[in-house]
Amino acid sequence: MANEVVDHGRRRFLTATTAVVGGAGVVAAAVPFIKSWEPSARAKAAGAPVVADISKVESGQMVRYGWRSVPVFVVNRTKEQVATLTTKDVESRLKDPNCDVTSQQPAYAKNPHRSIKPEWLVMIGICTHLGCVPDYKPKVGPEPFDPDWKSGFYCPCHKSRYDIAGRVYDGVPAPLNMVIPPYHFMDDTHIQIGVNPKGAS
Amino acid sequence: MAGAIARWFNERAPGLAPMYRKHMTEYYAPKNFNVMYYFGSLAMLVLVNQILTGIFLAMFYKPSALEVFPGTSEAFASVYYIMRDVDWGWLIRYMHTTGASMFFVVVYLHMFRGLMYGSYKKPRELVWILGMLIFLVLMAEAFMGYVLPWGNMSFWGAKVIISLFGAIPVVGETLVHWIMGDFSPADATLNRFFSLHVVALPIVLLLLVVLHLAALHEVGSNNPDGVEIKKKKNEKGIPLDGIPFHPYYTVKDLFGVGMFLLICAFIIFFAPSMGGWFLEHDNYIPANHLVTPAAIKPVWYFTPFYAILRMIPFKLPGVLTMFGAIVLLFLTPWIDRGQVKSIRYRGTGYKVALTLFALSFISLGLVGAEVTAEAIPMIFGANADITSIENLFGRFWVLVYFGFFVFLWVYTYFGLEKTKPVPERVTTHD
Repeated sequence: MANEVVDHGRRRFLTATTAVVGGAGVVAAAVPFIKSWEPSARAKAAGAPVVADISKVESGQMVRYGWRSVPVFVVNRTKEQVATLTTKDVESRLKDPNCDVTSQQPAYAKNPHRSIKPEWLVMIGICTHLGCVPDYKPKVGPEPFDPDWKSGFYCPCHKSRYDIAGRVYDGVPAPLNMVIPPYHFMDDTHIQIGVNPKGAS
Repeated sequence: MAGAIARWFNERAPGLAPMYRKHMTEYYAPKNFNVMYYFGSLAMLVLVNQILTGIFLAMFYKPSALEVFPGTSEAFASVYYIMRDVDWGWLIRYMHTTGASMFFVVVYLHMFRGLMYGSYKKPRELVWILGMLIFLVLMAEAFMGYVLPWGNMSFWGAKVIISLFGAIPVVGETLVHWIMGDFSPADATLNRFFSLHVVALPIVLLLLVVLHLAALHEVGSNNPDGVEIKKKKNEKGIPLDGIPFHPYYTVKDLFGVGMFLLICAFIIFFAPSMGGWFLEHDNYIPANHLVTPAAIKPVWYFTPFYAILRMIPFKLPGVLTMFGAIVLLFLTPWIDRGQVKSIRYRGTGYKVALTLFALSFISLGLVGAEVTAEAIPMIFGANADITSIENLFGRFWVLVYFGFFVFLWVYTYFGLEKTKPVPERVTTHD
């Protein structure tokens, strides 16, 4: 030991390589633990499409369906409700009246009524602010939260307001229109939620 | 006999007795502690209570969101099994739920004490930072604990809080699904929260508490006069204004424990839900992912921060502002450039600012707890525009909250503060 000279360069090299290899090992070992938190195969399988029978939904009525454990609103809108969607009064109060944010609806629902058939609204009933379920407020007329209410959805959590097509009002906490899921009409009385119409993507 | 045992240990672990002396009988704390100095030891007491009662709750609780009968999860059912069928289970659970709220009561008072007497200032910045980390972990621990009964407020609270991460650009949604382990809070979420609540976070919390105390005992305790007692020592090197922590402060803290337990016992036996403040009414209903409670609001201790989130009209800025409210507390030792520690000798501006800061915290708490939303129609009539009035009120107090830190920096950085002379020794010395 006595006449040995410490080779600092060699020592630094060995320390650095050991640290790099060890670090890579730690990162690799962390992957399974981090991946384990992703939705499991069971959770993904539970996201299968759902069929909604709409034959008994009356005009003006809303029905909720569970799909991927989120609530999907199916609303049979009245003529009066549909008519409000294209009025200047409503459009001027919206953040994104033309549905320009493409992530919020499929291309076939990028229209003022945000649906395939004007009277039928199929929408994920989750407020885009923090994920609450907004209330359906069908009445066209004054409400406690809006003296000039034109029918739509009102989130009780943080008072975000949406029109009857789920388009968000300007000046509320929610940033985006509510999401329209992929869906299609199997026949006149059945909607399949979770599958696009044939030919659409 | 006792001497023989002590000798036996001393021969095998000679460091034990000096360590005991360093932290107990020869830890010299200032002799002028007042009532505000109870809350550190009380926080420790509550931590012990939470661990003890938590261990027993985990023996009966089942972290499963799977339904045992329609509409009710196994988790929810097991909580009511504890309440109704387990002998004394109700007491153990109420000790745990009351302990959770009382934890925040004492921690908030403990933090306020720090602001009053400048306990965050040099040389105690590290003590303050470690304390703030404890506060952060405690908030995560409390949030996850609240999710476990899988009541409707558990579910929706989890959903709202986890959705906060969705505000992060690009990775937000992936991150939310990663935390939940599903597309909505579900069985997977409940299981991992249980694991974090009973294993991971308590270990981190205990470690941080040890570090918090170790850091404190290195620099010594501050006191209501904000003078450094270590500057004046006797010939033996003992601070003139210091008294041994044990027995003097152990006895004093025991008195505080007695009073504190009296209050806790009253709550546990006569008002365990505190009228919806400690246990919310909506959490007595099983989780339902299709129906949101009429008003989602967190338990009282999160309401000030929640109000800040609500008062900002955009999602990402709202989330950032809310977290900013906590980040600023972390940075307080560097925002406040004043040399005088205790409020007793600080300028009038600081006294006014700290009072307003405390008021903003309480007012925002009332906004977050929906108290203002209920009070507005009573004050301004049934036709009042609740949203506008609440926004005006809430945003004013958000400005006051953040204004406190701006004022504090300007006030001390530009030397605007007119302080009083700080005494050489604590004012009550003989």
